[in-house]
Amino acid sequence: MVPLNWYIGLSAVIFSLGIIGFLIRRNILIMLMSVELMLNAVNICLVACSHYLQDLRGQVLVVFIITVAAAEAAIGLAILVSLFRNKATVHTDALTEMKG
Amino acid sequence: MLSKLFFGYFAVVLVTLSIVIITRKNPVHSVLWMLVMFFHIAGLYLFLNAEFLAAVQLILYAGAILVLFLFVIMMLNIKEEVTAKRFIGCWPAGAALGVLFVVMVASTLPVFQQGPPGPFSIEAIKSATHAKALGTLLYAEYLFPFEIASLILLIAIVGAVVLAKKGSNE
Repeated sequence: MVPLNWYIGLSAVIFSLGIIGFLIRRNILIMLMSVELMLNAVNICLVACSHYLQDLRGQVLVVFIITVAAAEAAIGLAILVSLFRNKATVHTDALTEMKG
Repeated sequence: MLSKLFFGYFAVVLVTLSIVIITRKNPVHSVLWMLVMFFHIAGLYLFLNAEFLAAVQLILYAGAILVLFLFVIMMLNIKEEVTAKRFIGCWPAGAALGVLFVVMVASTLPVFQQGPPGPFSIEAIKSATHAKALGTLLYAEYLFPFEIASLILLIAIVGAVVLAKKGSNE
């Protein structure tokens, strides 16, 4: 039997890789994909906890997270499309309109 | 022993694929590696007796969200991306923050204590089937959050159409 701690550790590593990807990449598309990575790490943790604590409520939460992830991807990519139409770039360091 | 081997395979593949995803130059390659990663996460869900969620993972993430990403990449038509710089200037700071997070979680993990088991044992889920057990909980106890989730999806549809419409930003 795999201990629950291993799943939480795996989930933490994937989550932190999502954080790193979000912070260090210039491309907004990859940043959005890093957000998906983080949400998936949380999902792994919730499913593992729900299996080990014998409670299905964690998996209900996963269903809601998947819903929010789909909405987030749709809105984020729509913002990206309209941004690309205006500025013709997908790099974060090219967007300096709001810099003081 | 076999289950630990199984978990080890999934852990190594998932972590490797995460690193690959956040370091590729071409976003299309990232999306395709992400597809492989989602298949492995679905396998992990099966391993944890969550077969309905494994199916949802494949249909929603691999089937819908990744196709959305691919569509947007093709719409943007990024040619200079493969030659452009990948990372921001101060990338070691971001990497250090991520490593700090792992260290933080790893230092709290040994004192983690599992709570008492709930009413949904593996036998109980098996006798009701997983989808039915999950659905009963979702449509009875979590009906109001479920309705809110449908509202979030509606707002996402309307928002995406408004944002991506041509000529909506003059």
